[in-house]
Amino acid sequence: MAPEGTIQLSVPSDPACMTIVRALVDKMAEVAGFDEDQVFRIVLAVDEACTNIIRHQYGGRHDQRIDITADLGSGGERFQVVIRDYGDVRDPDQFKGRDLRDVRPGGLGVHIIREVMDEVEYSAAPGGGMQLRLCKSTQRE
Amino acid sequence: MAHHDAGKPLSVNVEKVRDATVVRLDGEVDLNVSPKLRAELKALTGERRPLIVIDMSGVPYIDSSGVATLVECLQSTSRYKGKLRLASLSKRAAGVFEISRLDTVFSIHDTVEEAIQA
Repeated sequence: MAPEGTIQLSVPSDPACMTIVRALVDKMAEVAGFDEDQVFRIVLAVDEACTNIIRHQYGGRHDQRIDITADLGSGGERFQVVIRDYGDVRDPDQFKGRDLRDVRPGGLGVHIIREVMDEVEYSAAPGGGMQLRLCKSTQRE
Repeated sequence: MAHHDAGKPLSVNVEKVRDATVVRLDGEVDLNVSPKLRAELKALTGERRPLIVIDMSGVPYIDSSGVATLVECLQSTSRYKGKLRLASLSKRAAGVFEISRLDTVFSIHDTVEEAIQA
């Protein structure tokens, strides 16, 4: 039987830690019931969310904090990850992808997140910083 | 996605194969190592190498910062009429290019040899 409940993880905003985040999210998405391809896509989306925080919310600083809270799918219908930072509060409308017809480096992360996840909600976190709620149905498409 | 290569530092090996410069990558290409890859590729485009083939058979994972580094290299090579080709992408790496809609922007080949001869 698949585990239920919430798993919380707090990591430094160090790009070298992202391989650990990826390994954990990989396992969590797997036990939530996603197939191999979907697991990979979810891992990519969470990784992109974290690297966005490192680059834009923390300006590349490695000593800040990123909180990741995963809901493994209570009720067995959806997998939710909330990624929270302690940087500046921003206008949530700024969280949008760019036109991919314009081929240039950068700006792909948000597009990937929106492409992969069913629900993407960017908002001010209680007590400061921003939080990104990512949700994906565990029901097969 | 668990694999044995996760977390190992990226190694970049450059060798000449006939007229091509083959860059073999081993390891994950993410925000942690993209600056290193960018510097290595910039050195090659600075020398105006006519054909650069990136052998990605040893890359189990690439994120958008890695993809952006390759886009930058592609733009640099086209500025001096050089060519950049990608070879031997894992299914997952290929998936990132598809999601980013860059699978048709890059010249992607099944093998290094095919990329050299294309």
